[in-house]
Amino acid sequence: MTFVLLAEQILNGIQFGIMLFLMAAGLTLIFGVMGLINLAHGSLYMIGAFSAAAVAGMTGSFILALLAALTASAAAGALVELLVIRRLYNKDHLDQVLATFALILIFSEGTRWIFGSFPLFLDIPDPLSGPVTIPGGIQYPLYRLVLIGAGLFISIGLGFMITKTRIGIQIRAGENDREMIAALGINISGLYTLIFSLGAALAGLAGALVGAIQSVQVGMGEPVLILAFVVIVIGGIGSIKGALIGALLVGLTDTLGSIFLPELLKLVTDPSTATSIGSSLSSMAIYILMGAILIWRPTGLFGIKP
Amino acid sequence: MKLGTLALKSALISAVTVLSSAAMAGTKVGMITTLSGGGAGLGIDVRDGFMLAIKQSGRSDIEVVIEDDQRKPDIAVQLADKMVQSEKVDVLTGIIWSNLAMAVVPSVTAQGKIYLSPNAGPSPLAGAGCHPNYFNVAWQNDSLHNAGGAYAQSEGYKDVFIMAPNYPAGTDALNGFKALFEGDVASEVYTKLGQTDYASEIAQIRASGADAVYFFLPGGMGISFLKQYSGSGVDIPVIGPAFSFDQGILQAVGAAALGVRNTSQWNKDINTPTNKAFVGSFLAEYDRLPSLYASQGFDTANLLLSALETASVSDNIGFRSALKAANFTSVRGDFKFGSNNHPIHNVYIREVVREGDIFTNKIIGKVLSDHGDPYSKDCKM
Repeated sequence: MTFVLLAEQILNGIQFGIMLFLMAAGLTLIFGVMGLINLAHGSLYMIGAFSAAAVAGMTGSFILALLAALTASAAAGALVELLVIRRLYNKDHLDQVLATFALILIFSEGTRWIFGSFPLFLDIPDPLSGPVTIPGGIQYPLYRLVLIGAGLFISIGLGFMITKTRIGIQIRAGENDREMIAALGINISGLYTLIFSLGAALAGLAGALVGAIQSVQVGMGEPVLILAFVVIVIGGIGSIKGALIGALLVGLTDTLGSIFLPELLKLVTDPSTATSIGSSLSSMAIYILMGAILIWRPTGLFGIKP
Repeated sequence: MKLGTLALKSALISAVTVLSSAAMAGTKVGMITTLSGGGAGLGIDVRDGFMLAIKQSGRSDIEVVIEDDQRKPDIAVQLADKMVQSEKVDVLTGIIWSNLAMAVVPSVTAQGKIYLSPNAGPSPLAGAGCHPNYFNVAWQNDSLHNAGGAYAQSEGYKDVFIMAPNYPAGTDALNGFKALFEGDVASEVYTKLGQTDYASEIAQIRASGADAVYFFLPGGMGISFLKQYSGSGVDIPVIGPAFSFDQGILQAVGAAALGVRNTSQWNKDINTPTNKAFVGSFLAEYDRLPSLYASQGFDTANLLLSALETASVSDNIGFRSALKAANFTSVRGDFKFGSNNHPIHNVYIREVVREGDIFTNKIIGKVLSDHGDPYSKDCKM
């Protein structure tokens, strides 16, 4: 285990965490402010990736592809909020789960209907492809460094918006007491549509950014959605700061666990048993982390105390 | 009153059944395959290849009932029950995934139905769990991985990094590779099933100092791995089975796959009249190049058609021996069944190339000739 390998794995964990944060931020906003469980968040991630792949295929421009992903997922989010979600605010969580689960099926089959069943191609733009050597002699893909940068930039922007702007004040107020801010003359339904499409746009952006290094296919959002839920539960539901810390914790635990657990077990048992037990344990690592954090702080790291 | 309606209903139903079975004195085939969700491309190719062969046969006495298993074992089991009990099919086929095959095949073959596998070939069904009603037209799961090991051996690699998802077919894959590879294994890594980010594994590959990488990551997992690997700057050669390089996903991988060597029992450039005719007619019918899975669906239907020429499905013993004779021309070339009803065939090594705008494979050599599987010795039937 060399320093270079360790540093590379830490970077990988941070990059994975940042991508999870983009998913989790939207989810936690929607859950925290509107009290809505949105299972279809993964579909918005998929919509982002597919529209980016389609536009990149037509124009060859990655910037246009990202814009298309943002626009398409924000529009899909606004549409879904106006047509479906709006009717669910006063319903209990089971109704919300059922309705948004139905949305997953509709979006998945709709995407298949439009784009077919075979995965689409979306590649890293040429200027960002290939590895760079960073101080310490670590070779690391440039695109992943850009992802880390872009994710940090977005998280700072989001933090600024929530704490410093008027819309941020309204969002925080809506989280605490929705009747009161409606009584103060704020258009609450407009605010909800805005938050929902903001969350959707973040998911779509994550889908497009990640789609360039992964496979753009129907159903790609659901595995990420589960991790995003783990992140917001660890971070505390409704907290953007919690989502960022939670995402980094999950990213690092998952990445470092999958490499160090088998290595650690090799010290006490033979290599093949160590590999198989180690990989099973590392699959569980983030859930064990979640369990431990919830025992310590039942509302998550930055959750509001009941 | 209620009883009366019920009686009337059941009378009607049985009348309809009699009528339809009179009209359809032919053969009824039940196809359970994956047509929605992440793995749909595979099922669609198997279905299209199968239906193309049925269409080309010109026979109108074969009815095919197609259902989508959504890649879920419980749904596959329900569909199989429905097909056996209410649709009364004679032959079942179509399942893509080994875990679904394990859930369905033993029960339908025990009920006296014929099952023809167009893809999954889990080792239990080739060994102690073999059944005279079960025929695999594609391969036993180990087949392509055996070839991967033999190829790495013949290329003189000494130290290979091997990787597969942590599930039964993944374990089989790495064992299949090691069976015919005599060099050292630099590291053996099991990833999560459905994993999409391989940065951590790629860092391990970089640090391992291996002289080659063998990976089994079917479908979307392979797309992600190859794209990330080519962007990482690691230049250790990779080898894999055809599942990460089939025609359906190569376009999504793009240039990242160019030059990669992979093992397969079929490719579109196998130079036989049957294969040329298959590739041409598939392209004409569906406007895309056939994949490995399409070729397997096509072979499955042709095996069935060949057996129907000499025997009737109602004569189970006779029909089974007609199937076992494998009296059809496979698109892969030489084909016969081993004692456990699994293929004995050649396995080739292919290279990913670009032809115009399309990424596809080219055969560069034969790795194994008349290759069977090691499980046949455990099969007593």
